[in-house]
Amino acid sequence: MSAPLVDHGLLRFMTCGSVDDGKSTLIGRLLFDTRAILVDTLHALERTSHKRGLEAVDLSLLTDGLQAEREQGITIDVAYRYFSTGTRKYIIADAPGHEQYTRNMVTAASTATLAIILIDARKGVLTQTRRHSYIARLLGIPHVVAAVNKMDLVGYDRSTFERIRDEYLAFAGEVGLRDVKVLPMSALQGDMVVDRGDSMGWYQGETLLELLESAPVTQGNAEGPLRFPVQYVCRVHDEGLGRGVGVDAARAGAGYRGFTGRVESGTVRAGDPVVVLPAGRETRVKQVELGGAALAEAAAEQSVTLVLEDEIDISRGDMIVGAGDVPEGRKQVDAMVCWLAEAPLDRARRFVLRHTSRETRAAVAAIEHRLDVNTGERAPAHDLKMNDLARVSLKLAQPIFCDPYASCRATGAFILIDESTNNTVGAGMIL
Amino acid sequence: MNSPRTLPHLDWLEAEAIHILREVAGQCATPALLFSGGKDSVCLLRLAEKAFRPARFPFPLLHIDTGHNYPEVIAFRDARAAELGERLIVRSVEDSMRRGTVVLRAPDESRNKHQSVTLLEAIAEFGFDCCIGGARRDEEKARAKERIMSFRDDFGGWDPKNQRPELWSLYNARTFKGENIRAFPISNWTELDVWQYIEREGLALPSIYFAHTRPVVIRGGALVPVTEVTPARPGDEVVERSVRFRTVGDITCTAPVESTADTLEKIVAETAETVITERGATRLDDQTSEASMEQRKKEGYF
Ligand SMILES: Nc1nc2c(ncn2[C@@H]2O[C@H](COP(=O)(O)OP(=O)(O)O)[C@@H](O)[C@H]2O)c(=O)[nH]1
Repeated sequence: MSAPLVDHGLLRFMTCGSVDDGKSTLIGRLLFDTRAILVDTLHALERTSHKRGLEAVDLSLLTDGLQAEREQGITIDVAYRYFSTGTRKYIIADAPGHEQYTRNMVTAASTATLAIILIDARKGVLTQTRRHSYIARLLGIPHVVAAVNKMDLVGYDRSTFERIRDEYLAFAGEVGLRDVKVLPMSALQGDMVVDRGDSMGWYQGETLLELLESAPVTQGNAEGPLRFPVQYVCRVHDEGLGRGVGVDAARAGAGYRGFTGRVESGTVRAGDPVVVLPAGRETRVKQVELGGAALAEAAAEQSVTLVLEDEIDISRGDMIVGAGDVPEGRKQVDAMVCWLAEAPLDRARRFVLRHTSRETRAAVAAIEHRLDVNTGERAPAHDLKMNDLARVSLKLAQPIFCDPYASCRATGAFILIDESTNNTVGAGMIL
Repeated sequence: MNSPRTLPHLDWLEAEAIHILREVAGQCATPALLFSGGKDSVCLLRLAEKAFRPARFPFPLLHIDTGHNYPEVIAFRDARAAELGERLIVRSVEDSMRRGTVVLRAPDESRNKHQSVTLLEAIAEFGFDCCIGGARRDEEKARAKERIMSFRDDFGGWDPKNQRPELWSLYNARTFKGENIRAFPISNWTELDVWQYIEREGLALPSIYFAHTRPVVIRGGALVPVTEVTPARPGDEVVERSVRFRTVGDITCTAPVESTADTLEKIVAETAETVITERGATRLDDQTSEASMEQRKKEGYF
């Protein structure tokens, strides 16, 4: 167990379900059956369950975190949970699925590579199922699992499942979801979550955990063009080098400048021709390194430091890109924006737009239409209220170097910040 | 072209944590990194090396000392800071007691919660706009919704209803004067991840993390170490046990677990199989109320 023979990486997924679909029970079941729930937590659960007059331990109690919420009996924010199977580590983003909480779903979806959408077997595909699917599509979640839950309440009936499955697959095709799996499940009884159970012999497909274990988590955009937003510039001053492992003192003398960041797309190695934006200067990568030690190369999702051949003035907010594919600087962007703040958008206001490590001032030029997340329909709109999703046109003071969100999440996403409160008020995906 | 590849989970977690540390360096004017000598902050130091070497760290190290720490841990803290050549600032709860800003109700009371006061005093003294800490979301239920950049008001208070949405990896660490961000680069790590990372990187730790024999009293299921600050009470039966610490904090509220794991490899194996959460087993002060952590955070606790 100490060093797993295989490491299938880390999968971030979100769970979508409306109140009472069984989301908390499912998460509790996953944690319980993978032994991520520990005895002291179980004891606390037993106490709480008994306090509330319940006989058996209520697995759903595992996932409601804060006192204020427990008192109100609702979940109002995204909670993150963890479990591991020994070969893969999982991060669950657990967000309430109610219409009023679109912003929480959008937040949870922003970091997820898989979404589990819960469907109550007694009810079939509902408005909320469609809502969750539109949001998964909009946020670019590559893999979707529709879990038809509470199969025990429909007598584990095969035709019920197949009817819901066919309806959902047809709908998912319309929405444009790419990789969709549908499975029957009982979170309460544990059928088809981690164990297969004995009640659905007619179902030959994978269990939920098997689907999670086999979902691809390859380094997203490693095949794409190089995108390296500079976060911070490391300099070696007169006070000398930092001490630590692997620091090559002879090489990294005074005058050293390392450009730190994360490869958001593509791969980079020494010798690669690159362009530094916004200056547009061309140079080559002298060295890819981390912690002062050289690396052969780095690909998407890796944090590294780049040293360049030529002395170019580079600071936070600049972007180093592959010479073969240079994004255009844009001072006007069209984007789908989710409004996060309680106060509606004031169109007279200016905002700070943060895109990668770059900031610029932005103003809303036009609201093209609002998206009805329940139906996928567009409606004319003049304002933006909390939880609204709308297509918006923004004017920027300085250009940003972006890609369409659909081709690269990291360079296609931005947030809007209200300078009077410093709050994050909007989240956008560039079209 | 390269075939599709997968980052092993520790590499992914490391890359994320380094990204967060660099965001702090890029966005904040006067950050500090909380370093106690404990295992989580030992990981933070290695991550900072990876993020910033060959340059110096863009922040000093800060320790809030309760005065009730194990001497091995304090010695380790000082040695590690010296080895890295980074500046270590120590502020102690005992100074706050002398100033009268911390008043103990009982002399043997746990000083753990009083750290908040001393931390806020240090933040004010140095004008820190961000404190980087090693807290993890898996430690406790109340932390499951904690942001990676957690906003604290002028009084260091954490208002669960007034936290900024955090999407993608676009962190917002902006503050007005007097406000403070607590940044948690290893939010997404579990205890097992921490131990695996320490093993992989070959990081040194204070000796009390490894199995050793120590006199303890068994009280309420927990092993309470017998020390100068926590002497045996009349009637206590003192026994010698092979134990190790899973977390090292204030002596009065940190208990070891029974274990013979005396190498990192054995600790990793034991952690992978363990069935008790870290705080449940070892934090004597958290068990009183299910929601006590949430309460303390609202008061400015880390
Ligand atoms: N019979 C049955 N009940 C379930 C199942 N999953 C959840 N439930 C019950 O449905 C209710 C709502 O579940 P909960 O997990 O709290 O739903 P949430 O609001 O989506 O988190 C609870 O009473 C659960 O015990 C299932 O698979 N079968």
